[in-house]
Amino acid sequence: MEATAHSIGLVEPQTLHVDDPLDLDCGKQLSQFNLVYETYGTLNADRSNAVLICHALSGNHHAAGYHSENDAKPGWWNKCIGPGKMIDTNRFFVVSSANLGCYNGSTGPGSTNPETGRHYGPDFPVVTVGDWVRSQNLLRAHLGIDRWAAVVGGSLGGMQVMQWSIDYPDRVAHAVVIASAPKLSAQNIAFNEIARQAIVTDPDFHEGRYYEKGVVPRRGLMLARMLGHITYLSDDAMRAKFGRDLRAGRINYGFDVEFQVESYLRYQGESFVTRFDANTYLLMTKALDYFDPAYETGGRLAEAFEPATARFLVISFTSDWRFAPARSREIVDALVDAGKQVAYAEVESDLGHDDFLLTMPHYANTMKAYMSRVAAEVGA
Amino acid sequence: MNTLSTPTRDGLRADLALISDWIAPGTRVLDLGCGNGALLAHLEATKNVRGYGLEIDPDNVIASIAAGVNVLQLDLDAGLGQFEDDSFDYVVMSSAIQEVQQPHVLIDEMLRIGRDSIVTFPNFAHWRMRLSLSWYGVMPSSRALPNRWYNTPNIHLCTVRDFEQLCATKRVEIVRRHFVNHAHRAHAAMRLAPNLLGEIALYQLRGGS
Repeated sequence: MEATAHSIGLVEPQTLHVDDPLDLDCGKQLSQFNLVYETYGTLNADRSNAVLICHALSGNHHAAGYHSENDAKPGWWNKCIGPGKMIDTNRFFVVSSANLGCYNGSTGPGSTNPETGRHYGPDFPVVTVGDWVRSQNLLRAHLGIDRWAAVVGGSLGGMQVMQWSIDYPDRVAHAVVIASAPKLSAQNIAFNEIARQAIVTDPDFHEGRYYEKGVVPRRGLMLARMLGHITYLSDDAMRAKFGRDLRAGRINYGFDVEFQVESYLRYQGESFVTRFDANTYLLMTKALDYFDPAYETGGRLAEAFEPATARFLVISFTSDWRFAPARSREIVDALVDAGKQVAYAEVESDLGHDDFLLTMPHYANTMKAYMSRVAAEVGA
Repeated sequence: MNTLSTPTRDGLRADLALISDWIAPGTRVLDLGCGNGALLAHLEATKNVRGYGLEIDPDNVIASIAAGVNVLQLDLDAGLGQFEDDSFDYVVMSSAIQEVQQPHVLIDEMLRIGRDSIVTFPNFAHWRMRLSLSWYGVMPSSRALPNRWYNTPNIHLCTVRDFEQLCATKRVEIVRRHFVNHAHRAHAAMRLAPNLLGEIALYQLRGGS
């Protein structure tokens, strides 16, 4: 655990159990479900300083702090959430919830289906960004928060932020959309499809009922993560980190790991298998594929944003090729067309898509300048 | 943009205060090269204007965000094709025209996007400039144009006459014009011989071919 001055320290997940059925976009219902969430900082007297964090594909409710003194790693966005950080827990009450369909958090395919007494597995309904936002709105009401001071998210989380601004305009004062896109490109969907095929064709997948067989589709999930990881890093970042460095210092003319980049990807894939669920991966990638707020408005994104009343901050990273700056500019253009309040920063960066998890000065100062105004508005 | 320096009025840089006077309340304004967002913040606070600013410099973008301005970090040289025809009441470019790749194209774009356009620039035919070149034989620099020839961002400097010739070629209506010195003060002689005595030129334009 890092020193506590700039960290939230120990945090404990909480659970909201919902007994009312939730109608899903796919036409099915979840008869009951859990939303697991964490909070950091203190809710002020008029309950106006709450910030909702929306997570990306491999994230969950554990965004910041540590679960135990022995944790090697803090939450996934610990660099950006904490005392004095971009999302300052001295000023904001930060809420981070795990999306439905998640692993080790809110109800998902690994949870027990109350109707069958078995794991949901492949029976867990396909959930969408809209479904997540609807469920998060129940959490908002549960916490007694009338309006989020800000909803903040990167990548898939940024899509949730946009959906929030459209579906619940009165509930969002500021929408912060980072390294995101208004919908996936064919190339994005293609990468997701390869990842899904890697999982479902693994002999240990068992049509999604691997829990009952006591196995996990390790190879498939590992391949999916290796592929995904390539898209999170820029070509330059990979070159700088690995180049063509050889692990043994010489070429062996074989098919074992020889280049450092191969070793790194295998490590990433293997460690992912121990902390992530294959069915969840399938669900998350589908939610990404389906997200398209302009679907209902004949492709006109500006029209889709029409209901929004939030002020927007959109941020992209120059080295991100998964959701390149051009994709963020589509969001910005639509918001300007719709006459919405929006600021846009294009941060010079090296790493790629994962830059949104870091704290380069231009990025951090942009966020701090914006969030500081948000805080001032709510007297925090 | 920092070529126009310090005097202020109402806490606003004097040239921006002059531009602000030309802008009607309750309008939509696009500010090209909005710097730290001072003009837009002022217009939003005092004239209920809905403004957007374009700016390329990260520190200026952050300053604009801190000022609560709708700043978009975009490169003017990449074009303004994303903005619809007649989508703004005013498009403003304050002391930035000499820094862009294709000023004539950008002016066309301003006139397309805005009902009115407001352009300000340092006049390269001011007598001090003429003196630098003709008498001292060096590339002119001045309080309005402090850079040296090797480090200047100003790649398309022009004179009052150059600018008005371009407007004539494009059949652009000059709604009004104003000339001031580096301290943004005007005097009568400037009106008589703006190309010789005006240090900074402000134009409001409309129409175009």
